[in-house]
Amino acid sequence: MEIFVSIIIGALTMCAVYMILSKSLLRIIIGTALFSHAAHLLVLTMAGLKTGAAPVLVDGVTDYTDPLPQALVLTAIVISFGVTAFFLVLAYRAYQELSTDNMEEMKGTESND
Amino acid sequence: MINLPVFPIVIPALAAIIMMFLPKNVRLQRGMALGSIVITLLVSLLLVHTVSQEGILTLNLGNWPAPFSITLVSDMLSALLVTTSTLLTLFIVWFAVHYFSVAYEENYVYVAMLFLLVGVNGAFTTGDIFNLFVFFEVFLISSYVLIVLGGKGVQLRESIKYLLVNVIASALFVMAVAYLYGAVGTLSLADLAQKIPLVDNPNVISVIGVMFIIVFGLKGALVPLHYWLPGSYVVAPTPILALFGALLTKVGVYSILRTYTLLFDVNGTFLQTFLIVLAVLTIITGMVGAIAYNDVKLIIIYNIMIAVGVILYGIAINTQTSLEGALYYLIHDMMIKAVLFMLVGIMIGITRSGQLRDMGGLITRFPLFGWAFFIAALSLAGIPPLSGFFGKLLIIQGGVGEGDLFGPILVLISSLFVLFSVIKIFLYGFWGEERKHYDGPLVPYTSRLLVPVCLLLAVAVAYGFGAELMHPYITQAIEPLTQPELYIDAVLKE
Repeated sequence: MEIFVSIIIGALTMCAVYMILSKSLLRIIIGTALFSHAAHLLVLTMAGLKTGAAPVLVDGVTDYTDPLPQALVLTAIVISFGVTAFFLVLAYRAYQELSTDNMEEMKGTESND
Repeated sequence: MINLPVFPIVIPALAAIIMMFLPKNVRLQRGMALGSIVITLLVSLLLVHTVSQEGILTLNLGNWPAPFSITLVSDMLSALLVTTSTLLTLFIVWFAVHYFSVAYEENYVYVAMLFLLVGVNGAFTTGDIFNLFVFFEVFLISSYVLIVLGGKGVQLRESIKYLLVNVIASALFVMAVAYLYGAVGTLSLADLAQKIPLVDNPNVISVIGVMFIIVFGLKGALVPLHYWLPGSYVVAPTPILALFGALLTKVGVYSILRTYTLLFDVNGTFLQTFLIVLAVLTIITGMVGAIAYNDVKLIIIYNIMIAVGVILYGIAINTQTSLEGALYYLIHDMMIKAVLFMLVGIMIGITRSGQLRDMGGLITRFPLFGWAFFIAALSLAGIPPLSGFFGKLLIIQGGVGEGDLFGPILVLISSLFVLFSVIKIFLYGFWGEERKHYDGPLVPYTSRLLVPVCLLLAVAVAYGFGAELMHPYITQAIEPLTQPELYIDAVLKE
C-alpha cells in the first residue's frame, strides 16, 4: 500500500513541478496547491498506512492508527490554505496593477523607492 | 519563573492581537509596539541572566513529559539570539515610526512587524522540529504582508516570486519532517538526537540532512538557492528591508546550526564537505555581487550573502573555536546589517535615487550621518577594535586549526571585497561634490531618523569593545553545540 501511495505522491510532485515551471501565474498557483497535497500525503504515508481503528478512544479496541501525523497534516493544511488564499489575492492584485499574468513579462530593472 | 522562555513569544503576540482592534489609532499603535518590544527586551535580558546562572531552561507546555509535549528550550544560544532580534526590532520600529507615512501605519504594519518578531523568537526557542516549521510560517506570512504592503507594481511583482519560493521551501520542509518522522519516529529535537544514532541505515539520515540543508538554505540564501534574495529585498521599504536583512536569513542559519550540530553526526562525513562547498560558493557569489552593482541597496544585500557564507563556513568546520566565531559573527552581523540598511535607506530618501552616480558630497550637509556610515562600514569589514573582527578571527583560526587553508584565505579575501564595496558607497556618496540640490522626502526627518540608527551602532561598537565581557556567554552558548548530551539531558531529564 505504501508503495502505491508513494507512486501517487511522485506523480503529484511531477505535475506540481511541471505546473510551477510554466508561464501563467494561475498554473503556478495550481502547481503549489498540488505540491502541498503531495507533502501532506507524504506525511500520512511516512507514518505508515497500517490498518487500525480511527484514533478515537473506544472500549475494546487496542490497535489504532498513528494520531500524530494526522495532527501534523491538519496544521500543515490550514497553513497552506492561508498562504494559498493570500497568493490568489496577490495574483488578482498583480493582474489589476500589471495587467498581465505572464511571468515572463514580470521582470525589468526600473529603479524603485 | 519556570515560564520565562515563553514570554519573548507571548508578549509581542498579545500586543499585536490588541493592536489589531484599533488600526486607525496611530499613536496607540506606535506606543504599544515600542512598549511591548521594550518589555520583551527586558524579559529576554532576564532570560540571558537566568540561563547564565542556572544553565539550560526547558519548559514542557501543558506539563506533559518531555518527548511527548512541545518543549521550549532556552539555552544560551537561543537566549542571546532572542535578545539580539528583540533589540533590533526595537530600533527598527523606532526608525519606522519616523519613516512611515500615516497611511502606511494605519494598515497594520506594526502588527505584522510584531508577528514577525513572534515567529523569529519562537523559531529560536522551540525544541521541536514541527514547531520550528510552524514558527517559520508565522514569520514568513508576516514577511509576505510586509513586503507587499503599499501595493506598488514592483512590490507585487517581486512578492509573487518571494512567496512562490517560500511556499515551495515550506512544502519541502514538511516533506523533510515526514521523512525524519518515518525514519526515527519522533519530532522533539532532543529525542531525535538521542535516537538518530540508533537508526540502522545512516545513509537515510544523510539524505534527510541534505534535505534540511536545502530547506534552510532556501531561507538563508545559500548558493545555489539564493536567486530570490536580491530582487525581493530590493523592493521592500527601508525599515522592512532592515528587519528582513537582519533577521530572516539568520533564522535559516540558526536552524542549520542547530540541526547540524545536534541531529547529524557530521565530522568528516559527506554532510560536512557539502556544507563547506555551499559556504564557499555563497561567499564567492556574494563577493561578485557586492562589487558588481552601483545600487546601494543591492551592494548591502550581496553583503548579506557574504556574511551568511562566512558564518556557515564557521558552522561547517564544527570545532569549538569556529563555532564561537560563527556565533560572534552572527550576532555582530545581525546588528550591523540593520544599521547599514537603515543608513542606506536614509541616503536614498535624501537623494531620491539608489544609484551611486546620482550621489556625492553628502558629508558636508550631514556629517554625523557620514561618520556613522564610515564606522558601520569599517565594522562590517572587521577592522580590529570593532565588532566584526573577533568573529572572523575565530572562524579563521578554527579553519586553520582543521588544516584547511583555502577557506580561511577566502574569508580574508572576502573581507577585502566587503571593505571595497562599502567604502565605494562612502567615497561616491559622501565625498566629492554635491551632484544636485538634495530635497528628497527624508531630508527634514534625517536627524530624528539618525537617533535609533546611531544608538544601534553604539550597541554594535560596544559589542566589539566588550568582546571579552561577552566571551563567557558565547562559550556557554557553544557548550550544547559541541556536547549535545547537555542539551539532551536538559530536555529529557526525568
